[in-house]
Amino acid sequence: MDSTSNNINTSAHDIIDLCLLAGKIMLQSGAETYRVEDTMTRMAAALGFPGAHSYVTPTIIMFTTSRTEPVKLFRIAERTTDLQKVSEVNDISRRLSERQLSAAEARERLGAVDDSAHAYPIWVQIAAAALTGACFTVMFKGSLWDALPALLVSGLGYAAVIYLHRLVQVRFFAEFSASFLIGLITFFSVKFGIGQEMDKIIIGSVMPLVPGLLITNAVRDLMAGHLVSGLSKGADAFLTAFAIGTGIGLVLSLF
Amino acid sequence: MILQLITSFIAAATFCILFNAPKRALLQCGFAGMVGWILYLQLEKELDTVIATFAATVVVGVISQFFARYYKMPVIIFSVGGIIPMVPGGLAYDAMRNFVENDNNQAIQYAVQALLLSGAIATGLVLSEVLGQMLRRKAR
Repeated sequence: MDSTSNNINTSAHDIIDLCLLAGKIMLQSGAETYRVEDTMTRMAAALGFPGAHSYVTPTIIMFTTSRTEPVKLFRIAERTTDLQKVSEVNDISRRLSERQLSAAEARERLGAVDDSAHAYPIWVQIAAAALTGACFTVMFKGSLWDALPALLVSGLGYAAVIYLHRLVQVRFFAEFSASFLIGLITFFSVKFGIGQEMDKIIIGSVMPLVPGLLITNAVRDLMAGHLVSGLSKGADAFLTAFAIGTGIGLVLSLF
Repeated sequence: MILQLITSFIAAATFCILFNAPKRALLQCGFAGMVGWILYLQLEKELDTVIATFAATVVVGVISQFFARYYKMPVIIFSVGGIIPMVPGGLAYDAMRNFVENDNNQAIQYAVQALLLSGAIATGLVLSEVLGQMLRRKAR
């Protein structure tokens, strides 16, 4: 009797861990709050715990399968946007629900997803950021001549963010110094006649850094009733935008 | 116009690379972004910016729902690429820059507009989702 109840307990623990792992990957990869909650409860239901409850905010996941199980908690310190991981976890949870995967297989796959790195090499990311900046400069009614410096500036800015994030652990420092760099280079390129409109070049170039998506997600969370998530995402977006604005503003006030 | 088509396509697709979207979804992301941006530009000439953003987002949302069903990937992959050109990142930055430069009135104006635009985008996405669900229920 004692041993069987012990068994049930360990398997319940395993299932909680499995769901938490899935939730953790999704939240770290920038999935919407409701999607994280939905995926975790669905996975739990597929594994025989229909009454699972979760509470998700951008920094914490709490999860339990039933009234008799203790609540488990997971702290999320770092968040990026990684659509590939969101998509893969989604896929795993769907297969689990359709009984194409066992719990053990799902755990193995989730572990692999958790360990996997960004799918594109860093130079591709920097090139992509450079192209994004140049295209946004044109889209915001800048001329083609402005796209050229924007290409250079936004590539450098994004490279700076990537390397500074590794170098310094202080949040928002990378965004601040990268936008300072962007402002500085743009200022000098306009001064030496390579670009024409400083504003257009800067706006295009900061687009890869700016938290536009975070703002939209924050409003969306608020509308879905995830008040805590919405407000904290909003604060996060505000601080990032503030860091970027300060970086550029510093350049403008210096010269 | 053609320049806008090309740049918005590239911008949306390359932004999705930064967000690590799967390789096979990049072209669709670019397409969604292009449709959204062009629609927005056309509507913006006659309508209010917020309404133009909202309408363009609804269309992007519907396209993303369709892609998501067809390619069996979560909707967010395509909708992110689709809304990126319209997302008020530039405005948020403008607002902050004006705050830093002590021009608070201008800054508040930009901030409120950025908030309204993100509200429009969020509402548009939710509406397209609701529409999708209703259609699916009807189909059953």
